[in-house]
Formats: sequence, C-alpha cells, structure tokens
Amino acid sequence: MPSTAAKYSLPLHLIKRGDWLIFSCATLLTIWLALSIWNGGAADKAIIRSGGKIFRELPLSRDTIIEVNGPLGISKIAIHQRQARIISDPSPRQYCVRQGWLKNAGEISICLPNQVSVELIGGQKKYDSLNY
Amino acid sequence: MTASIIKLTATAEDQHLARMAALALGLTVLEAAIPSPLPGVKPGLANIVTLIVLSRFGWRAAAWVSLLRVLAGSLLLGSFLTPGFFLSLAGAICSLLALALSQYLPSRWFGTISHSLIAAFAHIAGQLLIVYYWLIPHTGIAYLIPIFTCAALFFGSINGLIAAKFMDTSTPTPRGNPL
Repeated sequence: MPSTAAKYSLPLHLIKRGDWLIFSCATLLTIWLALSIWNGGAADKAIIRSGGKIFRELPLSRDTIIEVNGPLGISKIAIHQRQARIISDPSPRQYCVRQGWLKNAGEISICLPNQVSVELIGGQKKYDSLNY
Repeated sequence: MTASIIKLTATAEDQHLARMAALALGLTVLEAAIPSPLPGVKPGLANIVTLIVLSRFGWRAAAWVSLLRVLAGSLLLGSFLTPGFFLSLAGAICSLLALALSQYLPSRWFGTISHSLIAAFAHIAGQLLIVYYWLIPHTGIAYLIPIFTCAALFFGSINGLIAAKFMDTSTPTPRGNPL
C-alpha cells in the first residue's frame, strides 16, 4: 500500500524526456507569443495633428473616418481594424495617401502642404530615422 | 397490426465506446458548472478520457469518443448548432488531427503528457481560426492569444499528468475502474 504522500504527490516519474521537450517548446512558444503580441509592436492610439497642434487623439479599437481641415482643404483619415491611413488629401504629391496603412507604434504619415499628420503610438516606440 | 421493430445490433466494441463517451460526457457536464473567466478557457477534463482511449485502443476509438462527447454534450447543455458547439467541434477535430500525427512519436520518449499538450495547442488553434474567420473577424482578438496558450499549457500538462497517473501500472488501480 503506497503512503499517502506518494499517492498524492505529482507523479513526476511518469514524465518522459520527450514530454519535457514538448513542455519546454510549448512554454517558449507561449512566452514568445506573449512578448510579441503584448509588448510594443502593436499600437493603441492614433494622434492626428493639424498645423503642428494635436487635433485629436483616437483609440484604434474603434473604426472611424475623420475629416481634418488644413490650409489646402480637407484630409480624410480612416481607422480600421487597429490600423490607420489617410484616405484622401488635397496635397499635390499624395505621398501620405500612397503610404497606405500604418500598423505599428511609431509609424507616421505626414501630408506636408496641408500640414496634417497621423502618428500611431503604443507601449514602445519603434526606432525610425527620425527618432533614432 | 404488427409493430415493426427496427433492431440495431451493437457490437461489444460499440458498447465499450459508448461507455467511455458517457464517461467523458459526465466530465463535460461537471465542467460546465465551473465558472470561467473568459469564454473558451476551460480545463477540458473530458480529454483525459480521450487520451486514455487513444493510448489503450488507438486513434479511431479516441475519435469516436471525442466526437460523440462533443455532440451529446452540446445536446445536454443546449448548445447544439450554436457558435459554442462549432467551437468545440473545431477544437476536437483539430486535436484529433494533431493526435493522428503525434501518435507516431516514439512512445519510448513521448508519453501521454506530450499528446495532451499537442492536442491542447491544436485545440486552441482550431478555435481561434473559427473565431477569427467566422465569429469575430477583427485583429483585436490577437491580444487574447497568449491567455489561451497559457491555459492550454497549464491544462494540457495537468490533464496529461492525470491520464498518465491513471494508466500508471506501478500503482494499483482503484477498484471499479471503468476503462
């Protein structure tokens, strides 16, 4: 008859070497997923500036389309599925429109003659050529 | 008027599978009473039965027990054909596919705990795919993935350990062992 302690202790002798291997892989996968999904990378907020001043701060969790007035006219900005982009802008070269969707924290899209910009911020800023 | 009788003959194997599915069903109903902080985070105690059946009677029997349990469990809990049912079904099918591959791992090195962990991770992968492509097509659900993998890691290990302990031949098995 096994003692009570042996009966109720963790049956560690039943764990084979491969089990430890699989368990370690699963743990590493979980840690890696948590670090890459919860830290940095993903952005939470979009800061919309007009003429250098903050026009509005919007959470990325809600899909919206917003219109911002600049010296040349109206810039349209869309937030969709935790991403942001400038839909239309009166600036001649359309760089900010062609930049497409901004996904990660630290990404910024600037429409220069119209002085409108969208910047994503999150937990950590990714380095770019402006703030490195 | 003569009553026509449809007679279905159940072989001994059918009855055995049904018995084990019923056992798994009991655990499913038991588990439904446990409150969960997040929908989808559950211990999955019924999978202990699936794991034991897999190692004793092979993959085909395990698939029968698992799928019967999902079907009958949803009927008992009133969730048949609801999103919850399809989530369970997707999880069960993905787990079974993963187990179909993992049963070829050399048993000298890889035991029930390996199978349990692999099945648990396949289970959440299947469920998340259904959630993303059908129920909530929003990238925001990515934020929940680490919570689900933590639960899979924890409950996968525990269920594997329980199944391994149950099949351990070095300690005497309790009387009335239905498996």
